[in-house]
Amino acid sequence: MMLRLILGSLRARALTVGLTVLAIALSVALFLGVEKMRNGARASFADTISGTDLIVGARSGSVQLLLYSVFRIGNATNNLTWESYQEIAARPDVDWIVPISLGDSHRQFRVMGTTPAFFERYKYRGGRALELAEGHGLEDLYDAVIGADVARTLGYVTGDPIVVSHGIASFTDHADQPFRVAGVLAKTGTPVDRTVIVGLEAIEAIHVDWQSGGQRPGAPTPQDVIRQMDLEPKAITAALVGVESRLRIFGLQRWINTYPDEPLLAILPGVALQELWQIVGIAETALIGVSAMVVITALIGMMAMIFSSLGERRREMAIWRAMGASPSVILGLLVVEAVVMAALGAAIGGALLYGGLAIARPWIDASYGIWLPLGWPDARELWMLGAVIGAAALASLLPALRAYRLSLADGMTVRI
Amino acid sequence: MPDRDQTPAVRLTDVLFRWPGPAGFTLDCPAFEVARGERVLLLGESGSGKSTLLSLICGIIVADRGRVLVGGEDLGKRGAAARDRLRAEQIGVIFQQFNLLPYASVADNICLPLRFAPERRKRAGDAGAQVTALCAALGLPPGVETAPAGRFSVGQQQRIAVARALIGSPPLIVADEPTSSLDAAAQDGFLTLLFDQLRATGSSLLMVSHDARLAAQFDRTVQLADIVTTGRTAA
Ligand SMILES: Nc1ncnc2c1ncn2[C@@H]1O[C@H](COP(=O)(O)OP(=O)(O)OP(=O)(O)O)[C@@H](O)[C@H]1O
Ligand SMILES: [Mg+2]
Repeated sequence: MMLRLILGSLRARALTVGLTVLAIALSVALFLGVEKMRNGARASFADTISGTDLIVGARSGSVQLLLYSVFRIGNATNNLTWESYQEIAARPDVDWIVPISLGDSHRQFRVMGTTPAFFERYKYRGGRALELAEGHGLEDLYDAVIGADVARTLGYVTGDPIVVSHGIASFTDHADQPFRVAGVLAKTGTPVDRTVIVGLEAIEAIHVDWQSGGQRPGAPTPQDVIRQMDLEPKAITAALVGVESRLRIFGLQRWINTYPDEPLLAILPGVALQELWQIVGIAETALIGVSAMVVITALIGMMAMIFSSLGERRREMAIWRAMGASPSVILGLLVVEAVVMAALGAAIGGALLYGGLAIARPWIDASYGIWLPLGWPDARELWMLGAVIGAAALASLLPALRAYRLSLADGMTVRI
Repeated sequence: MPDRDQTPAVRLTDVLFRWPGPAGFTLDCPAFEVARGERVLLLGESGSGKSTLLSLICGIIVADRGRVLVGGEDLGKRGAAARDRLRAEQIGVIFQQFNLLPYASVADNICLPLRFAPERRKRAGDAGAQVTALCAALGLPPGVETAPAGRFSVGQQQRIAVARALIGSPPLIVADEPTSSLDAAAQDGFLTLLFDQLRATGSSLLMVSHDARLAAQFDRTVQLADIVTTGRTAA
């Protein structure tokens, strides 16, 4: 009966209560949303690469190397010479090695030159291998295998021609040497979805007529001539390495990092990810802090709303008192009222977030490559919701204590 | 346990009360009694301290000095929680106006005191049946129980308040100008209904008013000025 009366009282003030609940709901949705994005981003980053023991590139920062080689974020400042690559590949500790050559693009997507071994060796989400949804792998020099998002965004199917642009975001095309879509990969939820994969020799081939960033004047070399040429690259961007025995990872890493002929860097992907989290962690904490402040602001709004309702509700309090309610019942009524509002806000906020996610999820995936899971709220989220409700109860104590004192001072008649 | 039929419903002896504040209103009542089953009309000017006296009797405020006995129980000797409980158990309260929680149903309003008075709830027996019976006896239209109380006219609301005061037959009914918001015809009807019910339950009635014309229907009429001296003290 008490709960029924509390709900009735809230319903009678539907407008102010509704706005308060809405403010709480939006703040809760933001709070949970930030947390979800954070976890989603972490999980999808961590799922992007597995099974690779070392990533080798020109010496730069380990986070930078990880970002450009695996996530296609940013650019390599330097390349790795083919000689160094071959020397590393010849090390006894190396089980397998896959070269990667980046730097060109097709529309908004990056083009990556590699060897067919990439399709065997690249693993994601705990050891899953790439799969073809359509077509076949790299067979001809001008074959391209495209990621799922590339195919979907540009509407490509196998057999379609692709013209690669020189560099990233440039207007010069390698129009004389068009590729053909040989295969489309199944969706992975990794940056591979947004990559156009071609053979390492093909990268070499399209740059035959290019010298230090500029196109050589004159007629382009015909394709059949190019096919006869030696297309061994002079340099690559990075290499993924698998080691014979896990125990040898650090030995090989040290050997590469102290390689005398060229400044190189070998990183363990997991360690570099940890480093990345440390950098991102500060921003994450700030974001969570800000969203928590928004929740607190909403709760202060609720507090103000309860305070301002006390004036018009003194009569109601006097009735409760006259019927035998002790002042602590009055206090309890207001606290429960706040808890009901906060719980309602939390529930609506959660529903808003999940509903919004269900709608925005494909878009977030397409633009950020983060696939947010849509399961039931986990323990941490429930804990956060509980904390919001607890904070609401705490915030309501102030106006509730005031009501307590008023109801003691008012007696049976309320003088307004 | 004092004999219920002998002890007065209300007895004040040597009571002094002062409202806190800069111009604290003081009320001094050497002696006042309401006998069991008696119907007393208390008359007084506005601001003379009538409501203050009722608050003292209800145990919502506590006398600074002297004794307030309700049904033989000394309110001053009880803790705040016990006073609240005693009020719920023993006293039915009717205000001048705005008696009800407008958002709550009629039935919830009527049963509200039972929520804080387990013994009175037991006495009421089947609360739902009681509510229906009281509503019918007080001339409320059938089926009102589930409607929100705020929907009714002032006169109907006052009758709902009477039903609430009477449920579980508390020994004492305290009414603070319950008729002042009603017109003359409604006043008469209201009092007739109230008295009918009092006869049925045997409860005492202490009713405050500034309308001396009502006196004829009561067992006894008391001028507040005769039983209390009031004043203002500078704090
Ligand atoms: N809650 C309160 N706090 C402080 N002083 C109060 C309070 N309630 C009443 N008083 C003081 O007590 C005096 C008497 O008030 P009370 O309400 O008892 O008079 P009343 O006879 O019931 O008047 P009315 O006929 O207008 O209802 C008032 O003048 C007021 O100054
Ligand atoms: Mg009064």
